[in-house]
Amino acid sequence: MSDQNGNSHGPAIEVAGLTKKFGDFVAVDNVSFEVRRGEIFGFLGPNGAGKTTTIRMLLGLLTPSGGSAKVVGFDVVKETEAVRKRIGYMSQKFSLYNDLTVEENLNFYGGVYGVRSRKLKERKEYILQMAGLVGRERELTRNLSGGWKQRLALGAAIIHEPEALFLDEPTAGVDPISRRIFWELIYDLAEAGTTILVTTHYMDEAEHCQNLVFIQRGHLVAQGSPEEIKVTKMHGQVIEIDSDDASRAISILRDLNLFEEVALYGSLIHVVSGDVQAHLPLIKKSLTDNGLTVRSVEQIAPSLEDVFISSAREAERVLGVR
Amino acid sequence: MDSEFIIKTEGLAKHFGHIVAVDKLQLEIKPGEIFGLVGPDGAGKTTTIRMLAAIMDPTRGNATIAGLDLRKQPEQIKEKIGYMAQQFALYGDLSVLENITFFADVFGVPAKVRRERIERLLNFARLTEFTGRRAGRLSGGMKKKLGLACALIHAPAILYLDEPTTGVDPVSRREFWDILAGLHGEGTTVLVNTPYMDEAERCSRVGLMYNGRLVEQGTPKQIKALVPGELIEFRPESDQGQDMGLRRRTNQILNQQAGVLEVQHYGDLIHVFVDSISQRRPQLERALAAEQIRMANFRQIMPRMEEAFISLMSKREMDS
Repeated sequence: MSDQNGNSHGPAIEVAGLTKKFGDFVAVDNVSFEVRRGEIFGFLGPNGAGKTTTIRMLLGLLTPSGGSAKVVGFDVVKETEAVRKRIGYMSQKFSLYNDLTVEENLNFYGGVYGVRSRKLKERKEYILQMAGLVGRERELTRNLSGGWKQRLALGAAIIHEPEALFLDEPTAGVDPISRRIFWELIYDLAEAGTTILVTTHYMDEAEHCQNLVFIQRGHLVAQGSPEEIKVTKMHGQVIEIDSDDASRAISILRDLNLFEEVALYGSLIHVVSGDVQAHLPLIKKSLTDNGLTVRSVEQIAPSLEDVFISSAREAERVLGVR
Repeated sequence: MDSEFIIKTEGLAKHFGHIVAVDKLQLEIKPGEIFGLVGPDGAGKTTTIRMLAAIMDPTRGNATIAGLDLRKQPEQIKEKIGYMAQQFALYGDLSVLENITFFADVFGVPAKVRRERIERLLNFARLTEFTGRRAGRLSGGMKKKLGLACALIHAPAILYLDEPTTGVDPVSRREFWDILAGLHGEGTTVLVNTPYMDEAERCSRVGLMYNGRLVEQGTPKQIKALVPGELIEFRPESDQGQDMGLRRRTNQILNQQAGVLEVQHYGDLIHVFVDSISQRRPQLERALAAEQIRMANFRQIMPRMEEAFISLMSKREMDS
């Protein structure tokens, strides 16, 4: 479904030195990245990191204070209209009209984007099919559960066959099975050539992205594929400890003051260690000396969330306290 | 009192007209556990918590909570529990300290212990520096931590949390769970609802709810062990280089193979549940090779809670 305007060869999104200041406050500071066509790209960061500000600039809703950005080949400042026509946007609030039926919502968004008559009919059929909403066209949107509403909102955002789709926290509060279905739809869209830029808090979800950037206090602090980021951005390694008394173990390990992080995972403990070779035997000894039975102590692969937190803390050290 | 369990339900049920929101629930939670109730929207998690918090009457069945009878002693139960609802109310115009003091008044926390307890909770929630800030001006994560502090003001033995971290960023979420780990260390029993499976991983035991029923319960390890088959991960690579239809084709091929139980995608990676890796690996390799697809970075992995959950739930759905 890609584009009809000859811009199909460059990256889908090119951001160079993008900056946004509000008075003295630098919300986005010299951020650069590229997103390939048909890629699922994750844009991650804590609340207030500058994610939404960046997206608003990419959508042409906010004028950058510096730098430039092109979306599907068009400049977001000089060619805002051209950009808007070619992109879709789904916000975390699912901007649907609850008082309208499923079909009326699609009609409404079709109207907004100038999708008419035959084309509209065709797109509606496709979307209802995709979202699994065939036969529920006349249901009031308010009566849909979270997962259905989410898929309808996705449908509304792609009614005009956008080349790039921006998803802002699309799965907040949606259950795991609905999230899985949603991601399958996103994969299908990407494979058909739509570029996807998604922001999310949930790191297990970020694993679905082919490439990611982490943004922290307006700065880009990491970029790469989930695997690359796990290798390059984890400060320390994760050690998992299985003992007979996790509560006591946790306070013993905290008291050692050696670890970046000591966290409880059910009956297991994860610590982040800067020196696995030295710490593995030390952990075992400290716990057994205190009378605990240690079933296992081993290094495990970090999750993307481990990496994110490690990276965020490192950035706080470099950029100043929160 | 049956001291083995601090929460024990007997056929607890809630009907709304024809809808059975919670159906014959048999839940047993030991003192000091962090028990995670997980399940899709509408599974009955919130209704369960509301009944156990004695703010909604069960249609059938009963529960014993901290040795008290849910039907006969709801008011005494309320004194023993802290409850943080999904949409809990803080007073946006009041400061952090004023909010927590308000809840201390509501619960009649005696003046003697009040100051020390407030100090301890603020410290616990890492809010000590922000006591003067208006609650309305706190970040999402800080609001949740203040909500938690307020729910703990009367030193309850049991804490109920209904999806406490929805919309909270990862760093705050980690902090929130570290606080729960601290409560766990002090012996507080925590019952937490969550749609996020990585959080289920942090619980002592987990119950999976589906259609109002508790369909599985156990430690995260036990739950993961219920998933049939073994899990492999690999990255499909095409001999033709850039290949737009690669994911779909790989998916189709795998789904036609005997022994393949389920196919899931993570970015460029594919996760496949098979009945036996040693048996099926050559077969899958051949089938994909016939379509010029290679399995790069092939390895066996442990299923994560999310994969276990989806696998178990899908099985339920097919069975019913």
